[in-house]
Amino acid sequence: MALPLKYNYRNVLVRWRSTLSTVLGIALVVAVFVLLRGLARGIESTNGNTGDPRNILVVRKGSQAESGSLVSRDHYRTVQFLDGVARNAAGEPVVSAELVMIVSAARRGAPGEANTLLRGITARGMELRPQVTLVDGRWFTPGRREVVVARRLAGRFQGFEVGGTFKAGAERLTVVGHFDGTGSAFDSEAWMDADECRSIFDRDMYSSLLLRPADEASAKQLIDRIQNDKRLSLRVEREVDYYAKQTMTAVPIKYLAGFLGIAMSIGAVFAAMNTMYASVASRTREIGTLRVLGFSRRAVVACFLIEGSLLAMIGGVVGSVLAWAVYAYVVVRGITFGTLDFQSFAETVFQFRVTPDLMVLGVIFSACIGFAGSLLPALRASRLPVISALKSL
Amino acid sequence: MAAEPIVVIRELTKSYLQGDLNVTALNGVSLDILPGEFVVLMGPSGSGKSTLLHIIAGIDRPTSGSAMIQGINIANLNESQLADWRNQNVGFVFQSFNLIPVLTAAENVELPLLLTDLSSAERRKQVATALDLVGLADRGHHRPDQMSGGQQQRVAIARALVTDPALIVADEPTGNLDAKSAGDVLAILQSLSRDAGKTVIMVTHDPKSAAYGSRSLHLEKGEITA
Repeated sequence: MALPLKYNYRNVLVRWRSTLSTVLGIALVVAVFVLLRGLARGIESTNGNTGDPRNILVVRKGSQAESGSLVSRDHYRTVQFLDGVARNAAGEPVVSAELVMIVSAARRGAPGEANTLLRGITARGMELRPQVTLVDGRWFTPGRREVVVARRLAGRFQGFEVGGTFKAGAERLTVVGHFDGTGSAFDSEAWMDADECRSIFDRDMYSSLLLRPADEASAKQLIDRIQNDKRLSLRVEREVDYYAKQTMTAVPIKYLAGFLGIAMSIGAVFAAMNTMYASVASRTREIGTLRVLGFSRRAVVACFLIEGSLLAMIGGVVGSVLAWAVYAYVVVRGITFGTLDFQSFAETVFQFRVTPDLMVLGVIFSACIGFAGSLLPALRASRLPVISALKSL
Repeated sequence: MAAEPIVVIRELTKSYLQGDLNVTALNGVSLDILPGEFVVLMGPSGSGKSTLLHIIAGIDRPTSGSAMIQGINIANLNESQLADWRNQNVGFVFQSFNLIPVLTAAENVELPLLLTDLSSAERRKQVATALDLVGLADRGHHRPDQMSGGQQQRVAIARALVTDPALIVADEPTGNLDAKSAGDVLAILQSLSRDAGKTVIMVTHDPKSAAYGSRSLHLEKGEITA
């Protein structure tokens, strides 16, 4: 049987000075780890939260993203009149031909410019995206150089307020409204009339088609039909699947989280190791006594592993709570984050999230640090010669 | 009919290397101890008395010879068997009490019982009995640093007898105590031997302490001389 847990936690508390410094060190490591994971999670959830499961997205065969895709007007017409495409109350096919362009705009409150994604949509585009709602001003009028920008983007660029203007190509666009994309990738976009957009940028082609099949059976048929038509040379997938795959943006932050996590955890492991070695050294006689009373080497190893993990987990809890506090502050202050989308090279806006599962992950991470840091001290404790341990002061 | 000895030591030797020097701590010791005896091991420093005690208690191994305790040659047990054997058969009392400072008196006494199959209620009952036996029934919730040296040593004795072992070994149990506390501790050990039938083996330097024993053995240079 193992030693009682109270033996461990009381020892952790008794040595409160060394406990405190180790706990704080590990807390900082865990806080940074959880925050970075929260950033990556925010980007992923933005993409994961985008699209309507009923919609299918059509791009050129070979294109991984809309921004690198070209779809001709002929193809648009062909797809529009395929069997199985849903029709709205007015009997029009629910298909939106869209153009995705990158425009450079001046940052608000910071020097320099950043890319933002300008989406030209046709009349059905809004019907296809019920998750996007107008929150300020009005929708653009087709045929006019008007644009509606995501509310979250408005705070990040100059001229993005309602009534403001910004340059796109050789023209100036007027912002007539703000929409809310409910935490989706659309929160990083500005929308305008597709044909107006084509004319500004002198483009003959669209980037993608978004369409709604009449029902689930039609969806499968349509996907097969478009995919297998050699004349069209188009790639089709469900809109939600397309966005779920656009997670490359999160990759650098994930790598950074991984790299920093490893680098800092090595430091934290040594801190925990130092504390535990000191603990073993000051408890040599105690360890000898336990062994004499009949506790096995394994029980001693388990005891110090538990103690080291417990110590680190206190740090883990403090660190996770700290990360959550930062998150709460960011939410209360309405701060959003932006990063470069490596597929479109436009700025993508996201809200980082510290969720309960990330906090639990932080505590597990700290337990691993504690376990790794106490392994060698625990082995040393278990190998102490009993007689000399008993005589130690 | 005479009782069977509980401890049978035959031709026991123990030598070890100290730097380049081969030191002989025990040199062919033979000894029988009967159940209920209170044997006092005396002798100058380095005479081998503590080594003999450690071997009988199963915390050290002889270089040669046999140490049969209750019919078991403990030299043949492996480390984990020896740990179990110690837990069930030997109670230890040390000079420096060796209590765990973060645990209360009752929790310290309970420690050896954690290695048994007893339920928590049974453990608590045995702890209360052991503390009562050493006159500390009301101090169970005190930490060692809240107790005097004499009280700490009595807690250590309670810990030594809580598993009801046949053998109690004490290494200079009064070495850190004032005369009054030393007398109390020795009286308890004497009563354990005389009234409870425990076999007590005690190492001491102090002839006054030796007077509490039923038999004294004198060691010198690794041999029993008297």
